Amino acid sequence: MNPRFAPGQAVVVAARESAGHVRTPRYVRGKRGVVERVCGVFRNPEELAAGNRDATRQPLYRVRFAQRELWPAYAGPTGDTVDVELYEHWLEDGR
Amino acid sequence: MSATHDAPRNFEMLERAFRELLIEAGVVTDAEIDARVEYMHARTPALGAKVVARAWFDPAFKARLLADGSAAVRELGIEVGALKLVVVENTPEVHNLIVCTLCSCYPRMLLGMAPDWYKSIAYRSRAVREPRAVLEEFGVRLDPGTTVRVHDSTADMRYLVLPERPRGSEGLTEAECAALVGRDAMIGTALAGA
Repeated sequence: MNPRFAPGQAVVVAARESAGHVRTPRYVRGKRGVVERVCGVFRNPEELAAGNRDATRQPLYRVRFAQRELWPAYAGPTGDTVDVELYEHWLEDGR
Repeated sequence: MSATHDAPRNFEMLERAFRELLIEAGVVTDAEIDARVEYMHARTPALGAKVVARAWFDPAFKARLLADGSAAVRELGIEVGALKLVVVENTPEVHNLIVCTLCSCYPRMLLGMAPDWYKSIAYRSRAVREPRAVLEEFGVRLDPGTTVRVHDSTADMRYLVLPERPRGSEGLTEAECAALVGRDAMIGTALAGA
C-alpha cells in the first residue's frame, strides 16, 4: 500500500465526528499540518477495536501542527509544535 | 472517600474473574501470564538510560538511533516488539516532550511502568496546550529561544527523548553518564543530571 502523502506535504485532518474507538484526537480535527514522516503501514485500530481481525491496513503518518494552529491563543513562540500520529483515512490534501 | 477506596478492589475482582475465565477457556496459561508480569517488572528506566549514554558516547550509534530507534536498541539486546520506537533529540535549540492524550501509551520496553502523573488527565490535557507552563512546574526552565516540540503518542509509535548531555560530565565513563539519566529526562519533563 503506497502512502498518498510524502514528508513535507501539507494536509488537513478530516473534521468529521466519530463513534467507537478512534485514535484521532478531537483537538486536531479540521486543523492543518505538515507530514513530518511516514511511519509505515498498520492495521486500522478502529476496525481492530470492533473485533475485526482482518482489519484493513492504513499508512500511518506523523503530522506536525503549529501550536497557534491548534490553539489560537497559544502564548509561546510561534515555532512551538505538536506532532500527532494519524492514519491516512483521516487526512486530506492540504495544498 | 469510600468510593476511591472501593474502586481498586472492584477492578481487582474484575481482573481476577476475567483472567480466570481466559485460563479456563484455554486462551492463555497461568505460566504465560506470570512470564509476562516478570518481563514487565524487569523493565526499568535503567534500560533507557543505557541507550542514552551509548548515544552520547557513540555518534554513529546516535545516528542509527535517530533514524530507526527499534533497530538501534535491538543492537543493545532490547526488543521492542511490534511497536516502533521513535527517538527525538534535545538540543540547545529544541526541547521535546512526550505525552499520550488519548490514553497512556508509554515506552514500557525502555522505561518500565509509567508514573501516575503521566496517566493523569491534567498532564494529558495540558502538555499539548501549555507545555511551557507544565515544564516550569516540573522545574524545567528553557531559554526563551528554545523551540518546544510536543509528541502525542496516539498510535503505533513509542517515543523516547534523547536528553542533552549535562555540562561537567566530560570526564565521566559511559556507565557513570547513564546514572545521570533519570526517567523524566527521557519523557522530557526533566533534564539529564538535574
